[in-house]
Amino acid sequence: METTTTRANPLIDPQLHIWHGEVALYLFLGGLAAGIMIITGAMRLRDRNAAWSSHLALLSWCAPLLLSLGMFFLWLDLENPFNALRFYATFSWHSPMSWGAWILLLVFPVSILFAWTQTRRSASGRLARFDAWAREREAPLAAWNVAGGVALGLYTGILLASLAARPLWNSALLGPLFLVSGASTGAAFLLLFRLRDDERLALGRLDLFLVAIEIVVVGLWLASLASGGRESRAAVALFLGGPYTVSFWTLVFAVGLATPLAAEWLERRHGVVPGRVAPVLVLIGGLALRWILVSAGQSTGWAIDVALH
Amino acid sequence: MSRRSRYVMVIDARTCVGCSGCVIACRTENNVAPGHSRDWIFTETAGSFPKLRMTIRSERCNHCKNAACVRACPTGASWYGPGGSVQVNADKCTGCKACIAGCPYDARFVDPRTGTVDKCTFCMHRIDRGMPTTACQDTCPTQSIHFGDLNDAASEVSKLLATREWYTLRPEAGTQPMVYYLK
Amino acid sequence: MNRRDFIRIGATSAAGVAFLGGLPTKWYGLDADVLADPGTGGDRVVPTFCELCFWKCGVLAHVRDGRVTKITGNPKHPLSRGRICPRGAGGTGLLYDPDRLQKPLVRVGQRGQQTFEEVSWETALDEVAERFERIRQRHGASALALFYHGYGGNWMKHLFKAYGSPNIAAPSYAQCRGPRDVGFELTFGHPVGSPENTDMAHSRCLVLLGYHLGENMHNTQVQDFAAAIRSGADLIVVDPRFSVAASKARTWLPIKPGTDLALLLAWMNVIISEGRHDRDYVERYTYGFEQLREHVQSFTPEWAYARTGIEPHVIRDTARRMAAARPATLVHPGRHVTWYGNDTQRTRAIAMLNALLGSWGRRGGFYMPASMEIPKYTSPGYLPPERKAADRPQASDYPLGDNVLAQGLCDASITGLRDYDLKGWMVYGSNLPTTLPDPRKTYKAIQELDFLVSVDVLPSEICGWSDVVLPEATYLERCDELHAPGFREPFVAVRQEVVPPLYDSKPGWWIARELGTRLGLTAFFPWKDSMEYAKDRLHAAGHACDVLQRDGVIQGEQQPIYFEEGVAPEFWTDSGRIELYSNELAQHGFDPMPTWHDDELEEPPAGYYRLLFGRAPTHTFGRTTNNRLLSEVYKENEVWVNPSVARRWGLANGERVHLQNQDGVRSEFSAPVRVTSRIRPDAVFLVHGYGRNAMKLRFAYGRGIDTTGLITRYKVDPIMGGTGMNVNFVTFVKAALVSGEAAS
Repeated sequence: METTTTRANPLIDPQLHIWHGEVALYLFLGGLAAGIMIITGAMRLRDRNAAWSSHLALLSWCAPLLLSLGMFFLWLDLENPFNALRFYATFSWHSPMSWGAWILLLVFPVSILFAWTQTRRSASGRLARFDAWAREREAPLAAWNVAGGVALGLYTGILLASLAARPLWNSALLGPLFLVSGASTGAAFLLLFRLRDDERLALGRLDLFLVAIEIVVVGLWLASLASGGRESRAAVALFLGGPYTVSFWTLVFAVGLATPLAAEWLERRHGVVPGRVAPVLVLIGGLALRWILVSAGQSTGWAIDVALH
Repeated sequence: MSRRSRYVMVIDARTCVGCSGCVIACRTENNVAPGHSRDWIFTETAGSFPKLRMTIRSERCNHCKNAACVRACPTGASWYGPGGSVQVNADKCTGCKACIAGCPYDARFVDPRTGTVDKCTFCMHRIDRGMPTTACQDTCPTQSIHFGDLNDAASEVSKLLATREWYTLRPEAGTQPMVYYLK
Repeated sequence: MNRRDFIRIGATSAAGVAFLGGLPTKWYGLDADVLADPGTGGDRVVPTFCELCFWKCGVLAHVRDGRVTKITGNPKHPLSRGRICPRGAGGTGLLYDPDRLQKPLVRVGQRGQQTFEEVSWETALDEVAERFERIRQRHGASALALFYHGYGGNWMKHLFKAYGSPNIAAPSYAQCRGPRDVGFELTFGHPVGSPENTDMAHSRCLVLLGYHLGENMHNTQVQDFAAAIRSGADLIVVDPRFSVAASKARTWLPIKPGTDLALLLAWMNVIISEGRHDRDYVERYTYGFEQLREHVQSFTPEWAYARTGIEPHVIRDTARRMAAARPATLVHPGRHVTWYGNDTQRTRAIAMLNALLGSWGRRGGFYMPASMEIPKYTSPGYLPPERKAADRPQASDYPLGDNVLAQGLCDASITGLRDYDLKGWMVYGSNLPTTLPDPRKTYKAIQELDFLVSVDVLPSEICGWSDVVLPEATYLERCDELHAPGFREPFVAVRQEVVPPLYDSKPGWWIARELGTRLGLTAFFPWKDSMEYAKDRLHAAGHACDVLQRDGVIQGEQQPIYFEEGVAPEFWTDSGRIELYSNELAQHGFDPMPTWHDDELEEPPAGYYRLLFGRAPTHTFGRTTNNRLLSEVYKENEVWVNPSVARRWGLANGERVHLQNQDGVRSEFSAPVRVTSRIRPDAVFLVHGYGRNAMKLRFAYGRGIDTTGLITRYKVDPIMGGTGMNVNFVTFVKAALVSGEAAS
């Protein structure tokens, strides 16, 4: 089949390339923030009276901070950034991006309030009243922190998955994949800092578990694409011999998943307190996953030959 | 007059010679950003020499009944306008490009002059003023482009679809495209 | 976690969501789902006619705040019927081309270096007049030649005739349509003309030979072509390429290039031997049928198969279908027909085939054009030139060529090749280096000239070689001669100034008149401006000019156009009949009936492919390739290569190549390969008009391959002097290798 088109629209032809690194960074940082929220919230819910190391308590502030940074990258991606407030002039229930915008609005106060409750300080005056108010609600805030994190993490995947026109993205597994990957990078991020050994061990165990789950989800995702229709098979072929094969299998799989899995498993088996090598690899893999997916997904589309079968 | 219109385009691929008259007329009528196309000519050739078949189409936004772009738009900038046509309100557009990524036809683009998304409007500024034709239809030397109301059984488009064999583009995408091609 | 808390927060946000979803942006005062108006509707709409090609469609120019926003078809104009092609719609791309000539230029460096200095019109015109006079005094006015193309050329023609030069040529004759009109005149005593008198819309069977309608966008022809397809006409397309027209055909005959005449003879053989011709028509109107019957006897489909590669049963089947639909069968004469040097005979064979089918003068075949009588402007008669045109080696050459041959004038400018040498040229709107075959010769001729002045809108190659360049206003900025051609219905149309000329450009009539005044020809230019001239002519015909200016066109009364409607069958041939046998041709030593000569067709050398060229619908040769609006759709040409050839040469789709011809001439620029089954393996195809090397054409410069540069050989039609140009062969040179050479 020979095809020709006179269309040569910038950013669209010969292949869609509307989203670049900004979007990948936003998805990565969003997932990371979600991971931190889920992990810190869950840790607090699990043991309401546990005394956290001062670093861990401070790190709960990283969720809103990293999210802000991510949103800054998203804002950079907007072609018409001065209309950005339009996201909050309506709610479009059918648009995942609209959900996302409102989730962000919800996530910010929750994560800030939660971080507030985890940080030691001496408050006075009106601030003391606020402090008391917040601390009374530590548990529901922790629960909401987990819920907000899950929503945020899922959303980063669903944002892409809802775009049915791009077969690589159009998978129900993309939301869970991004969620578990975000949680894993969250754990890895926390492990970069000086924490108590018990905290490190717990986080290392968690990350091992998450990386293992992520490998399973990646496998399921690729398998579901490979067993799908013509468009899906063409999409997954990008990673199975296509132009993204090397980058995907080295950066995402080998560096981001397999090596950390092995390292963390060995650490655990030998009872070693987790180091920083595996977390760094997990973070590299998490960013690569999003970067490659954003890029590769745009090169997939619906078949064009319809009239001359 | 309570009857609602359903605007559609019916394009005769049998007579279309792919001259791009529609493309140029659209660019000047709609002051489209230089280097960008709201409509374009697509050809596909099957077979091998000398047994060949070729189809030529003038393509554009399909003004889908179930438009992926409207669903993807977070700000309501993409909306269903008169007769079910799909329109973009530049005042609400942030240029997030979710609609572009969502469109299975790659019919949208960013107007670099405004940073907002642009595409075929079915020349609604003309239709709205009572003009009977779109610019592409108006100029088409082979009279291959027809625009009209599918809910009006007496309209030319209704008659063409009732009497000729037709297809739409990528119907499997579930978008219910409103641009029909005659075989 | 407290369950009640959870519910409370959840309920609050759910309410928030519902609240926001239920109240759209209207609530914020931000809702304005209005339909944006692009604002291109005109506050003024001026009817005029187009000049993006030479079909002259009626258009409406929409002007807003003094700027032409868009151009649409004029529904009242019979040639456009309210619809125009892409080029016509892209007229603003010419008007607002940032590379337009803005001021008169005088050369400062060497010829061809494209270095000029801006001067005033006064200075430029004085210079041209002085140089013309100097040439006239030393060599006579006939040493000056005019090359022209385009409707504004009429003013220059008038100037040259008044000045006394016989050397006035339009390349549209010997490089394009000439053989066809001679072939039809020899047969029917009528040329086909422009617009062609083909009644395609009513054809029940339509045969196209190499005529790529749809890629060739002569508007009314394409409209009629579509009408024929819509009405289910039996379409037969003969072309080495699977053209757009071929894709619409019931039968495509992928003929071996150069063998069309053999096919035509075989078709006549089938029709006559099976008695399928229109006996009554042939008996009543034709001359020499018996000779023809005998002549075509040996040209059987089997005989033709060996030459054309078209299977005998396909030749028989198509011939029978043509006969079945007669007289509404149109074997189209085509337009650009200067292919192989036997073009007059080939197009004459087309004419004869039509005669056998009885289609001339019949509905669905050829109508008899009607035109509006508009008296000529009364100005002093031209004095006969001192000498005959210098275009032919001997006066007896190309005896039936009734126009001056452009390539002949070029030859006559090289010292000693003719009776007398041409010393000065004016070139109006005709870019000779991409028009005349073998540009090496064109440049040699230019180098030998005393003086070269060009009148143009854009800084084309010929301007770069000129001594003086005069910037003309575009068709949207000027008024021209009235247009009242022969057509289905008689009409007269006007071209009028839509917006005042931009920069320091001037309309052609003004340039001609100013030069005329300086050359002592004031008596030939008695009018104030071209509108006054047009008004005079109109009034003499009894028409009101304001109606014409308002509508752009005045239609005459519908007249009968078919024999069956009462048009008298008149044939302006020697015998007064349709001449299947031509005594005139015999007298001049030519075949009285078209004959196939096996030795005339040269085969491509090994590794070479026949160079075929044609049109893209958005372009009129090179005239439009700098038009950004149009060229954004087809930025450069591509080399069409059959997949088997591509495999042999290891060429990938999109890979850039130079072409090199049989004489070792290599294209200056490269173009991408288009691997396509739509072309035969023995030929390559390119769209003509690309590969421009005029540096001031900033958009078109260096895009694609110039076909004319590769046409270093041509075969002259001995009957009328047309230049058959499809006789060149090219091979591929990968662009990667060429740049490697340059680096070493």
